[in-house]
Order: sequence, then structure tokens, then C-alpha cells
Amino acid sequence: MADEVILLGFWSSPFAMRVKIALAEKGVEYEYREENRFDKSPLLLEMNPVKKQIPVLIHNGKPICESTIIVQYIDEVWKNESPLLPSDPHERAQARFWSDFVDTKIYWLGRQVWLSIGEDLEAAKVELIRCFKLLERELGDKPYFGGETFGFVDVSLIPFSNWFYGYEQWGDLSMEAECPKLVDWAHRCRKKESVSQSIPDQQKIYEFLTEIRKKHSSK
Amino acid sequence: MEEGEEVKLLGAWMSPFVNRVKWVLKLKGIRYEYLEQDLVNKSPLLLTSNPVYKRVPVLIHNGKPISESLFIIEYLDDTWKNNPILPQDPYQRAKARFWANFIEEKFSQVMRKVLSLEGEKQKKEVENANEALEILEGELKGKKFFGGDQTIGLVDIVLGVLPTWIGVIEEVACVKVFDPIKYPSLAKWMEDFLELPVIKESLPDKDKLLAYVHKIRIYMLTLAATK
Repeated sequence: MADEVILLGFWSSPFAMRVKIALAEKGVEYEYREENRFDKSPLLLEMNPVKKQIPVLIHNGKPICESTIIVQYIDEVWKNESPLLPSDPHERAQARFWSDFVDTKIYWLGRQVWLSIGEDLEAAKVELIRCFKLLERELGDKPYFGGETFGFVDVSLIPFSNWFYGYEQWGDLSMEAECPKLVDWAHRCRKKESVSQSIPDQQKIYEFLTEIRKKHSSK
Repeated sequence: MEEGEEVKLLGAWMSPFVNRVKWVLKLKGIRYEYLEQDLVNKSPLLLTSNPVYKRVPVLIHNGKPISESLFIIEYLDDTWKNNPILPQDPYQRAKARFWANFIEEKFSQVMRKVLSLEGEKQKKEVENANEALEILEGELKGKKFFGGDQTIGLVDIVLGVLPTWIGVIEEVACVKVFDPIKYPSLAKWMEDFLELPVIKESLPDKDKLLAYVHKIRIYMLTLAATK
């Protein structure tokens, strides 16, 4: 019986992008449905009644929510193709740790840089750069966070490379100057088909986010 | 545990996150050395084992550190296969992880705010906590434990913060959060959970915890007032 896989997402969401990348890595065919954040579909509300947010993966009628949970699910179900999590338990724990670090630090600090001004922006920017440098140290000389192959942490972080240009503009910083290895890593990842076909144009993201920033700061 | 396995747990007596890890270690019958940490003057071992967050719990297995309670628990489950904490089926695992996450985000973190706030702000967080409890009540209904009728699993362990801390926070913060009449399934769950030998044997001393949490609240209120 063929699998029925549906992904509910939003085009600019880095969390939805993670799932698209994971599905592409595994060669899974799926139907993508674009959600409207201001007019959520009955399907979304039915499949994620608790959080009412995307991404939601619906596999043969059963919903899985939260991007890192979905990516782990995809890795466990389609386990014969391109493993994303390492097989060694300690390395797996490290991968989960750093992916969570992206959620806890990079997303939230980046969001502050995106939406604030003045002192709040400065404070967030300093902390964001510190966290990027920690990630750079973790990457070391490896081509990917997963080692020789693209892995779980790479999937978690790469959608945020769309925001690098934004951080630079809003925060008056240079990602190349602050974290050159991370910038290289992002270029390397973006060359992969699973990534390039899942991530929209950086400029389009920047313009979209800047519009929201303008509206936010005029409140 | 095999010969030559060395398991250490860096913890603090009052930490609910450390408690979770202790419960899992006990459930799996893993022998370990417990090292109580001074959270004010942090040891070099703690700082080198968890340089990113500098906090407990940290598990050190044969010299390799693992930080953050949920990842430690999954690590223990991956390494010691007896008495599994997570289900085997990928969909059930995803559900367990979802609920564990939900409890952390929508209940545990909210309870921390209840403890550190007063007045209208505190009232709002109590409402938020109750929204989460209502959802959890719905998820539990009909089952003895979230992990099933026989055994506790990841979700029970993460929600373990409820029976062990709710009374203390309510007393110290002078607020009522949990109404057993509103949440009969959760109330029964709390009773059953606290009866489990693994849990019963490792609860922190209530008076000691009350005194400690009282100090924390004063500290947090003072901090908020000086901002």
C-alpha cells in the first residue's frame, strides 16, 4: 500500500523547511499544503488541536507535530535512506542537544534581532553572535555537523541561513566576519538538492521579514 | 551494568530535572555515582561537562558527558534497553516526545513564572497553567499512566514535576493552581505516581524544599522589583 504523506506548512517557516529537507533527503513523495496563519484550515486545527501550528506531518492519516519531532519520526520510519541521526547513542544525544540549542538560542535571539531596536537589539545581537560562535566551534573542521554526511543538526540549522542577510542588515553585523566557517557551511548545505529545493529565495525571505519588522516597530 | 561501566550523575537535591534522571536510572537498575553540585560556586567538573548551559543534570558515562534531562533520558533508553521509557513504535514515540515538550513549555515553565510573579501577572500564569492541565486531563483520561496501564513512560516522568512541586509552589506563592475536582484523572494519576517505589524513595525532603523555594521566590520578586 502506498504511503500517504501530507505536510502542512507555511512558505517562510524555517520549521516547515526542516521537514521538507528531511523528506527530500529520504526521497519521500508527499503532498505539500500551504497554510494561512490568519485563517487556519480545518485540517490543521483537527490535526494539531493543541498547538494549532505548522508544520504538521500527516502520515497515513496520523498527525505528527513539532519540527524536530517530525524529523526524528521521518528518520525512524524511512530508516534505510540517508540516516540523519547518528547510530551511536552519545553522538545522538549530542545531535539532539545542538538541535535544541538552535531552537532555544538561535531562533529566539534571531527573532529579537529581527523585531527589536536600540538596546534590546544590541543585547540580542551580542548574544546571537556568541551562540553562532559556539556552533562554529561545534562544527570544527567537519564539512557538516553530522560529520562527513549531512545530519540532524544541519537540517535544524540550515533554514536559518535564510535569515543571515537579515541579521546583517537589522543588526549591522557581518556573518562572514563573525563566523566565516558557518557561512561556508551554509553555502555547502545550500548546494545539496534536498536543501535548495526546500528553501525559498533569501531575498524573498528578507523582504517578507523586513515588512513585518517595519509594522512591528511602528506599533 | 557491565564491568567497567562508569556512570556519574552531577545533580542538585532540589532539581526536578535531576530527579527525572534519577528515576530513570532506578527504573533501569543502573548503578551510578551521584555528585551533589554547588550551583553557586560551580565545580570545574560541571563547567567542563556542560560548558554551554553550566547546569545540572549532567550524566557522565565512561567519561563522556550528556546534558539536558530529556536528552539524558533518551540516551539512557538508547543505551540500556531494559524497561524502556519511550515506546518502540515511531508514531507513539513522536507522541510521547510531543507531550513531554508540551509539559515543559506549557506547564513547567509556566509554574516557574507563577512562582516568580504576583498580582495580575501571576493570575494570568495560573490561568495558563490551568489551560495546560485541562489539555493533559483530556489526554490522560481512561489510562492509569500516560505510558499505559502498567508502566510509566517519558510523559509520566516529565509530568513528575506536578505531584512533587505543585504543593510547594502553591504554598510559597500563596496561590491555588491544581483543583482535584476539576482534574480527577490527573489527581488519581498523582496518587498512583507517588505510590511507585522508584518515586517514593527519591523525593526531596518537603520542609527543606519549602524553605528553599521560599528563598527563591523572595529572590525573584526582589529581582523583578529592581528592574
